[in-house]
Amino acid sequence: MSSPRGSLRFYWVALRAMLVFTAVLGVAYPLAITVVGQLALPTQSNGSLVAVGDNTIGSALIGQSFTDATGAALPEWFQSRPSSAGAGYDASASSGSNLGPENPALISAIGDRQRAIERSDGVSAAQIPADAVTASGSGLDPQISPANALMQVHRVATARGLTDASVRALVDASTQERDLGYLGEPTVNVLALNIALSRL
Amino acid sequence: MDTWFGILQVVTLVVVLVALYRPLGDYMARIYSSTRDLAVERGFYRLIGVDPRSEQGWQSYLRSVLAFSAIGVLFVYAIQRGQAILPYSLGLPAVPEGLSFNTAISFVTNTNWQSYSPDVTMGYTVQIAGLAVQNFVSAAVGIAVAIALVRGFARRRTGTIGNFWVDLTRGVIRLLLPLSVLAAVVLIAGGVIQNFTGFTDVSTLTGGTQSIPGGPVASQEAIKLLGTNGGGFYNVNSAHPFENPTAWTNLFEIILMLAIPFSLPRTFGSIIGDRRQGYAILATMATIFVVSLTALTLFELNGAGSAPALAGGAMEGKETRFGIIGSTLFGTASTLTSTGAVNSMHDSYTALGGMMPMLNMMLGEVAPGGTGSGLYGMLILAVIAVFVAGLLVGRTPEYLGKKIGPREIKLASLYILVTPTLVLLGTALSFAVPAIKADVVATSLGNPGLHGFSEVLYAFTSAANNNGSAFAGLTANTPWFNTALGVAMLLGRFLPIVFVLALAGSLAAQDKVPATAGTLPTNRPQFVGLLLGVTVIITALTYFPVLALGPLAEGLN
Repeated sequence: MSSPRGSLRFYWVALRAMLVFTAVLGVAYPLAITVVGQLALPTQSNGSLVAVGDNTIGSALIGQSFTDATGAALPEWFQSRPSSAGAGYDASASSGSNLGPENPALISAIGDRQRAIERSDGVSAAQIPADAVTASGSGLDPQISPANALMQVHRVATARGLTDASVRALVDASTQERDLGYLGEPTVNVLALNIALSRL
Repeated sequence: MDTWFGILQVVTLVVVLVALYRPLGDYMARIYSSTRDLAVERGFYRLIGVDPRSEQGWQSYLRSVLAFSAIGVLFVYAIQRGQAILPYSLGLPAVPEGLSFNTAISFVTNTNWQSYSPDVTMGYTVQIAGLAVQNFVSAAVGIAVAIALVRGFARRRTGTIGNFWVDLTRGVIRLLLPLSVLAAVVLIAGGVIQNFTGFTDVSTLTGGTQSIPGGPVASQEAIKLLGTNGGGFYNVNSAHPFENPTAWTNLFEIILMLAIPFSLPRTFGSIIGDRRQGYAILATMATIFVVSLTALTLFELNGAGSAPALAGGAMEGKETRFGIIGSTLFGTASTLTSTGAVNSMHDSYTALGGMMPMLNMMLGEVAPGGTGSGLYGMLILAVIAVFVAGLLVGRTPEYLGKKIGPREIKLASLYILVTPTLVLLGTALSFAVPAIKADVVATSLGNPGLHGFSEVLYAFTSAANNNGSAFAGLTANTPWFNTALGVAMLLGRFLPIVFVLALAGSLAAQDKVPATAGTLPTNRPQFVGLLLGVTVIITALTYFPVLALGPLAEGLN
């Protein structure tokens, strides 16, 4: 083995390498990507923000709550999935529930959500899609399943004094097919649907 | 119907990986065999004071790896501790000592275990100049060590196995950086954000408020996956719509995780001059991958357990846009490599479904494994496999013309022992020492009963195997877990590297023995079967008891 001095040399090389790598990979690389993104794809780079009139009201990719100040669901809006991000759809605190399949807290939460939907939407527990009573991984899921949206049509139409048919047509128009026809799942973006609803 | 779309998605993945296998594998072989330096590389070697033509013995190579990694740990530690005075820190304070220690080790070891929630802990500067830099270089270190081992098999009667600084530099400049630039731009096109604007406060449709985060996410997301790192820019990692906005970005991210590890067997075959050997390794990796993916997908589609049965499907912790199959495919790719990124919460999987990511890591992350670490892990298992075959027929074992003698088999055995020791010891101490157990139960466990035990087992499995995914209900930002998992990550990364490089040195020094009629062919289906058997039996014997205490007990209850 070599002398302590030889050993120190490795650290001296390592230190210089780390400084250069930091300048290139930690500063130049992200800045270059930022410049490209801001010039070529500014909408995406800045979060796919959505405006109504002159007001930015959110992001097409980030879900929102459609509840009153106490957190109760507003019947005239399509409801997003349950959320574990902060107090619900807190975009600065993304989180899943991380509750396990046998956790009593999760079992009772699912039961409570089913009973609330049974009351508000007039359906039986067996008719409620799984995504309507489970929290997403991010807590910011912008989408629901088409079945979940269709389930809510009658409630929304009644609360707004519209016909079921007109609201159902809106859901159909807002339903996004799978990417490239086969990737992922068909979805309905809740914010986009509710914006369209507010314009009826 | 849904299942057919899922199968079509897997077929797409296979087609892309097959198409990449030759060009990417051969390209990597050229990178590490070329005798020419790019102008920018020559400048870099002058700056750091290295002669690119000088070759290193295994001890010198190892000391370079360790010195570079030690400097990396100090660097990432210092930058976190100094966060308060750094620009673009979103007003966040210095990261506490214990957490800085854990995080520094985590990113230098290619683990990317996150005891913290990045949304509220790490500002932009720490993320890009501290963590993302390690995402590049720790991946390049892994590939360098794998290439050094491959050279050990390829060379004869020499004392040297390459030059670490050259391998490191070429891995970054010729492989990871250009691919990351491409991947980052594709991700932005898909909706991944790339800005420095901090939070945008908006008034929502119903008049509430929402704080939309910003950040240089795409640049980090690309290397997070390509380098099998896995450290999320946000708390929920690739479940976050700004990290993984659509079903097609989801598939793209899965391809990024698997591209390099699944192509490295080709690189191996090219460098040793027998590409059929690469196919045998690839076949072993692919078989494990398909079986594991099928199992996890069936468990989740079946949705056993109280909560999934009540809800009518295992959608807790999963995103609508990915669905179940988009989630299980990502989870399998992430835990059979050393990535550890998640697009769904493994803690909320069905009991047996949640066991699969653990089992994937317990297999040693060799199917296809992390960038570099997957290949060297599988080659170690191949050494064990020829040894077992040699015992069965009473011959001196050989692999690729190298005799597997007492020294080689000792090194391979030591390699195999490291991670199980760390996993089982760490999990046992968490529950056996009364003071630690009291703290674990009171502060850390996110779920009661058997599932809580699984959270701790998952944490040590993830740390020791340098994966980084979690049963995230566990609160790991405590003195015990920050320290114990930090030590597990450190030893789980560098002890195996010591044994691999020692083995590389010992193999390179040998001459090649010519193959005879009695030599076990290692490029045929028979050897693939043997290698599969050895991999599965070692894992099963080691981990069956501890799995029976956690996920098996919960799932079969």
